[in-house]
Amino acid sequence: MDNNEKLKYIVDSYNKDIKTIDDSLKLNEMRVKYLGKKSEIQEISLNLGSLSIEEKKELGKSLNEAKKYIEGDLNRLTEEIKNKELTTKLNKEKIDLTLPGTKFELGTKHPISIVREEIEELFVSMGYDVLDGPELEEDLYNFEMLNIPKGHPARDMQDSFYITEEKLLRTHTSPVQARAMLNNKEKSPIRIICSGYTYRKDNDDATHSHQFHQIEGLFIDENISMSDLKGTLELLSKKLFGESREIRIRSSYFPFTEPSIEIDISCFNCNKKGCSICKNSGWIEILGAGMVHPSVLRMGGYDPDKYSGFAFGMGLERIAMLKFGINDVRYFYSNDIRFLNQFNKIEGDSNESK
Amino acid sequence: MKVSKKWLSEFIDLDISTDELVDKMLMIGNETDSINKLSDSTNLVVGHIVDKKPHPDSDHLNVCMVNLGDNIYQIVCGASNVDKNQKVIVAKVGATLPNGLEIKKAIIRGIESNGMICSLEELGIESKYIENKDGIYVLDDNAPIGKDALEYMHYDDTIIDFSLTANRGDLQSIVGMAYEVGAVLNKKIKEDNFKINEINEKHNISIVSNTDKCTSYLSKIVKNVVIKESPNFIKARLMASGIRPINNVVDISNYIMIEYGQPLHFFDYDKIDNNIIVREADEEEKFKTLDGIDRILNKGDILITNKDQILAVAGVMGGLNSEVTNETKNILIESAIFNPFSIRKTSKNIYRSESSIRFEKGVDPSRTEKALNKAAYLLQEYAYGEVVKEIYGFNNNELKDKEIMLSPNKLNRLLGMNIEIKYIEDILNKLNFKYENIKDNIKVFVPRRRLDINIEEDLIEEVGRLYGYNNMKPTYPIGVVKLGRYNDTYNYIKKIHNKLRSLGLNEIKTYSLQNEKDFNKFSINNYSLIKLLQPLSDERNTLRNSLIPSMINTIEYNLYRNNKDLFLYEIGKSYYIDNDYKEENKLCIGITGKYLYNDWQHSVINSDFYLLKGIVESLLDYLGLNNRYKFVNENIPKEFHPGKTASIYIDNIHIGYIGAINPTLYDEEIYVVELSIEKLITLKTRNIKYKEITKYPSIIKDLSFIIDKSINSIDVVNTIKKSNSKVIEKVEVFDLYLGEKIESNKVSLGFKITFTDNTKTLTDSEVNIYFNKIIEDVLKTYEGSILRDK
Repeated sequence: MDNNEKLKYIVDSYNKDIKTIDDSLKLNEMRVKYLGKKSEIQEISLNLGSLSIEEKKELGKSLNEAKKYIEGDLNRLTEEIKNKELTTKLNKEKIDLTLPGTKFELGTKHPISIVREEIEELFVSMGYDVLDGPELEEDLYNFEMLNIPKGHPARDMQDSFYITEEKLLRTHTSPVQARAMLNNKEKSPIRIICSGYTYRKDNDDATHSHQFHQIEGLFIDENISMSDLKGTLELLSKKLFGESREIRIRSSYFPFTEPSIEIDISCFNCNKKGCSICKNSGWIEILGAGMVHPSVLRMGGYDPDKYSGFAFGMGLERIAMLKFGINDVRYFYSNDIRFLNQFNKIEGDSNESK
Repeated sequence: MKVSKKWLSEFIDLDISTDELVDKMLMIGNETDSINKLSDSTNLVVGHIVDKKPHPDSDHLNVCMVNLGDNIYQIVCGASNVDKNQKVIVAKVGATLPNGLEIKKAIIRGIESNGMICSLEELGIESKYIENKDGIYVLDDNAPIGKDALEYMHYDDTIIDFSLTANRGDLQSIVGMAYEVGAVLNKKIKEDNFKINEINEKHNISIVSNTDKCTSYLSKIVKNVVIKESPNFIKARLMASGIRPINNVVDISNYIMIEYGQPLHFFDYDKIDNNIIVREADEEEKFKTLDGIDRILNKGDILITNKDQILAVAGVMGGLNSEVTNETKNILIESAIFNPFSIRKTSKNIYRSESSIRFEKGVDPSRTEKALNKAAYLLQEYAYGEVVKEIYGFNNNELKDKEIMLSPNKLNRLLGMNIEIKYIEDILNKLNFKYENIKDNIKVFVPRRRLDINIEEDLIEEVGRLYGYNNMKPTYPIGVVKLGRYNDTYNYIKKIHNKLRSLGLNEIKTYSLQNEKDFNKFSINNYSLIKLLQPLSDERNTLRNSLIPSMINTIEYNLYRNNKDLFLYEIGKSYYIDNDYKEENKLCIGITGKYLYNDWQHSVINSDFYLLKGIVESLLDYLGLNNRYKFVNENIPKEFHPGKTASIYIDNIHIGYIGAINPTLYDEEIYVVELSIEKLITLKTRNIKYKEITKYPSIIKDLSFIIDKSINSIDVVNTIKKSNSKVIEKVEVFDLYLGEKIESNKVSLGFKITFTDNTKTLTDSEVNIYFNKIIEDVLKTYEGSILRDK
């Protein structure tokens, strides 16, 4: 066999050998066998020196071609096998994606806090300051400064827990109003919101709680009117219960406001058709409000001929119950983790339940 | 206030449905609690039993032949008191009764029965109003056969129960309600006309008041009354008003109270002498009220007395000594007005009666005399009484209308509306208020019955509520644009909330009031109890000083319900006495169970001291207090595990405790921390200031020592740090070993030390020098310690 025949033979036998190769190890052996130092091609190329220039040139060319062919083919195969092996490996590494993940949960806001913060944020955005006041309150601020002297029948509506003759657990957040007026030494306009625990002597049941939250707003300035109150509360109602809510104003009575009103919203469940939530009336009471009573203004050091103001207050438990469909106020204070965990997400796109 | 619709319609034309009326009243401030029919039944007629025979197949049933006017029907009756010739109430075939029963033709033990003879209970009359509860109700002989029985009994009435606001004492009467309904329906109230045939007779009665708490006291004498049952209309109307009929005289007194809102008291005239003195009680005077109870009076209670005995506690309850009995012949009627605050105080002590409730909210002084006369008239009509003409006593109350100026300008400014004067006048007319126009203002004459109207704003409310607030266009307040701000404490607390939620803790809310036992179970500090004067129950009689008891209760509550992994926090007030009553914001965290886990992977982080410590450290770092706090095992309250609890100090100020609950108190492994937010707030912290990140690489080396167990790791860490504070950036404990390989009083601690030089790259040989100095320092500082590994 001359060299050319040899080369042809080598290529042929390579082509035959390579057919059975299917892993990278054997492929390496092939590379050694056909291109390695001891390979036949190498042998031929070593012999190249003994040939004439003419022969050298000719053989060199075919040698290169054979080498190039084998090398190219091996490279192609190497890539192919590598890919195949990688695929096999990845396939083997496949995991059961349905097994549970390792969950780190963000802690939950108590539903009362959710509602409280939502309301506070709305009013802060309108320039109201968020204030705080004591829970152990003086009779003076809780009642007398709010136009409820001792022996006033309105005290019956708010049966109180007294610590001493003159000290009690506040029955509403309204004493913060009185304090805000007194503390404002310049007697400048007031725009505040405050919330917190309040206490009344009620036996706990599904709708009564001896401890509950109120949130209260007060706006005093020159020329504040009842229609301003209506506009403000309409905003609040829509924020809490959805844009399509209507509000209805009924006359009412609170000793510290005159005129006094109560606000109903159109039922978000039935849209005024009547259902169990609105007790078939189509409307749901959500808060009490009114124009600050001139005596209250006067006691707070504000001249009722110059200033007027509105005030409103509501129970946060009631709002949260309506908003989330909670039917027993005691859930807020028993803190069953299965209850709390339901509030661990952002609110949906719509407040409307239907 | 339960209002009989029929009674009300005697004073005002009601030509609208009950639902419409209730809706209109609601909008002007009068909510309705309930609407009920006095008897919710149909097809009841007066029947006459013309014959009665025993049922052939029963020992207690009777077969009655009953004339119902149109025909005579056979009805089987099981009542024991049924008898021939009785007039009875019969539910005809087709009748419905309040319990939903529909009367059908029936065969009762083989005998046909065409209806049912009824008891009052079967008509839906509450049993508290029924005197004779056994058997069927027997009508008087004058009952017309075939007539609608409900109409005859005056049970064809609807009761609207209004829940009144505290200012509207004037609505506690039918007449007062009539004015209100008249205002909303734009109708005039009908006059109540009656004629008394009075006799002229001289009685030497003297009535004096020694107290200014009695502003009017009018009396009239009615002689020779006959005590008997009241007529049906009086009985039915009292029932509708929630009052049990007794006899004609007592009923008339109640009837006038409901109709006019003026409580009356009837004395047996023969049991009192002619000198009535109204005075205030002395301390601890005793008196037997008409319910037979010996009462101890308080100083200041208003009393109606004679020279030598007390006759009544004014406005609250009469005395046994002078009450009207079945033998009473002559009556002295008292129609008076007493101080509301005084009555309120007295009634709280003695008894809250229908009468005291009215006095407490105020009574119309202009109705005192009319009520007196109407009572006398009814006694004349329904008790055969002879009315003595003279009225004894005094009325010191101002009866003239109150004059209040109303400025339409101010009205529109306050309401933010634009109501024309003619509409304002229209509303004043509806209210039955007289007025005069004075220049741009309106002078309004407010009748005395409206005790709630005293200032201009009260009138503005009247106009507003009757004009309708829903006609008002919403506006927004015009004020200075300003930033709304949270107050400092509130802001700080908000930040704590955010951090704790990010750490996976759930916010809880618990009661401030707890029972004294819980309180004592966890008395971290010595402080005095703050107890309620009059608690609702022993469960809630004390204000808490610590949030820990309710945290533990919450954890127990959850564990009991198989909620095992609990990571809870509460921010709330605790209360204490320090000269004065004080309240303090505290934070309490309680943890138990698995914090982070994936069971099938067997990976878990469990609750223990160090997890809670880590949470607290994260929080304190977040609040800018890093490197300022320390956890020290000293002054541990007995409620905590003595070895697993630390006092937390920041800059040497004690701010709280962290640790395990003492296992003698609770079985479960619960870890809690309680911190004073009030104290945290006072600590000054720095703003964030960026520190350049070093460009030079750090070298990390490990080192472990066997040292005495009694030595705290933090001390060794500090020793290491001090060894070369310039290049030692961080020292961390990475290993702790206790066990067989070392002595039992020793512990092996491994430290990971990070060396960094901000000015150059450290070389190995430099670090080795520092490293060897550390070893030297530690061995020197802690006698008996051994280098274990490096």
